Amino acid sequence: MISKKRQSKIILTIASTIIALIWLSPFYLMIVNAFKSKFEIFSNVLSLPSEWKFDNFVQAFIDLDFLNALTNSFIVTFLSVLIIIVFSSMAAYALARNKSKLSGVFFLVFVAAMLIPFQSVMIPLISIFGRIDLLNTSGLIFMYLGFGSSLSIFLYHGAVKGIPVSLDEAAMIDGASRWRIFWTIIFPMLKPITVTVMILNVIWIWNDYLLPSLVLSQKSATIPLRMFFFFGQYTKQWHLALAGLTLAIIPVIVLYFFAQKHIIEGVAEGAIK
Amino acid sequence: MNNKNLSFWLFLLPALFALVVVVFFPFLYGFYYTFTDWNGLRATTFLGLDNYFAIFSDQRFIDSLVFTIKFAITSIVIVNVLGLGLAVLVTQKIKISNGLRTIFFMPNLIGGLILGFIWQFIFISGFDAVGKLFDLSFLQGWLSNAETGFWGLVILNVWQYAGYIMIIYISYLQGVPQELLEAAEIDGASAFQRFWRIKFPLVAPAFTVSLFLTLSNAFKLYDQNLALTNGGPYGSTEMLAMEIYNTAFSRYDMAYAQSKAVIFFILVAVVALTQVYVNKKREVEL
Repeated sequence: MISKKRQSKIILTIASTIIALIWLSPFYLMIVNAFKSKFEIFSNVLSLPSEWKFDNFVQAFIDLDFLNALTNSFIVTFLSVLIIIVFSSMAAYALARNKSKLSGVFFLVFVAAMLIPFQSVMIPLISIFGRIDLLNTSGLIFMYLGFGSSLSIFLYHGAVKGIPVSLDEAAMIDGASRWRIFWTIIFPMLKPITVTVMILNVIWIWNDYLLPSLVLSQKSATIPLRMFFFFGQYTKQWHLALAGLTLAIIPVIVLYFFAQKHIIEGVAEGAIK
Repeated sequence: MNNKNLSFWLFLLPALFALVVVVFFPFLYGFYYTFTDWNGLRATTFLGLDNYFAIFSDQRFIDSLVFTIKFAITSIVIVNVLGLGLAVLVTQKIKISNGLRTIFFMPNLIGGLILGFIWQFIFISGFDAVGKLFDLSFLQGWLSNAETGFWGLVILNVWQYAGYIMIIYISYLQGVPQELLEAAEIDGASAFQRFWRIKFPLVAPAFTVSLFLTLSNAFKLYDQNLALTNGGPYGSTEMLAMEIYNTAFSRYDMAYAQSKAVIFFILVAVVALTQVYVNKKREVEL
């Protein structure tokens, strides 16, 4: 005889499996239809394709110029996140170790910037950067530093305060410079928060559409941007559009598969603080 | 470090410079031009508050504001109920709970634009096919009118953010002492009672966090709006962020668009500051 507790666990497992399958159904429909021909999608949306064909993927790969878009996305995300980590951790360290009023004011300024939504600065931002000829990849990376530094400094600031000042002082007595103290003692101790900062910024920048759409040219377009043009070209041609969308999410799913524990923890930490 | 240390300034400067150049300067620069007829390059006449007055009689802006508020309230309620439900579900001790967490959170990692395109297919073709299969007429013709466009956006938003909100509730649920639940179970409390009487009051702080996160997400929504309905049909599902974008980059009315962006800032800031105020107040009460 099955105990009552066991029984309720079985029911719970079945119920949650059903919910999970419903949750995944959009991905199922996207993937199975990406393998169908244009005509099969009209007659058969829900079941598996009569024949699994890779033609759609090959064509979407070529039309999206996928390798180029992937490279562009990778360059923008990697460099932006790198400079956000370097300069935010440095600024947070300076702000946390300086107890003066002025330093407190600067910290507030960074936090206050989080209140300003992107749409409230985008028009003048594009106008200004257009004038100084910076509507390109370098300009974009610099903009990401500006938009990303607030939250990152906020997170780093909390972490630096948790590291005893006596460590800095001991190293000072040994004659180490601030620069050396920060990079050899403090920064390595900030590793857990660096992982969080990295994850939050990678998710945001990799997926961002609006800012790159205003800044980048077709040639240097990132994946979401290229996807937008591609989709516009292939309305009513779902077999190609879906193959393209499937390609576009593969990099994210692969990353998620390897680092899901860190990702979920990082996102939780970023949201709660 | 103190203000006289050169190293303080050198450490601070790169981030501060970027913030000022990218956020504060454009914000003030744009604010100044809302009092003119600025076209993105130059301004010729000073208009005073005319741009702001015009907003209040701009039906398109008002419609998008109403639509955005309706969307925000509906999404917030559903996202939070579902997010909490999922959090309770995946914190039960069943074997597959880690897998469930992974699945429910997944949509959150994919960009809004791509999700919008995927769901466009689901609503137009997927819903239609299911509707034909089970003879459900309400599943047909989605995204072709304002009503289904609205619910399409809500469903997409719920699917994307419920897993995110779930993660927040989980971290609070894990803070509920296990002994308390076991003691209640021994005393004969049902699972339902244990939820309402013990877990629910203890995760209450998570509500404030989640409510405001979902509220500010809903207000700033753009990518999903663009990819799913592009504001259509006939601008009936155009949300605030898109309305501002279109005023600037489709109608090239830059000074006017920036005035709307200033109003938009005020709305978002009021929401955020209310959250800070509510949080502070509760901390004092505790």
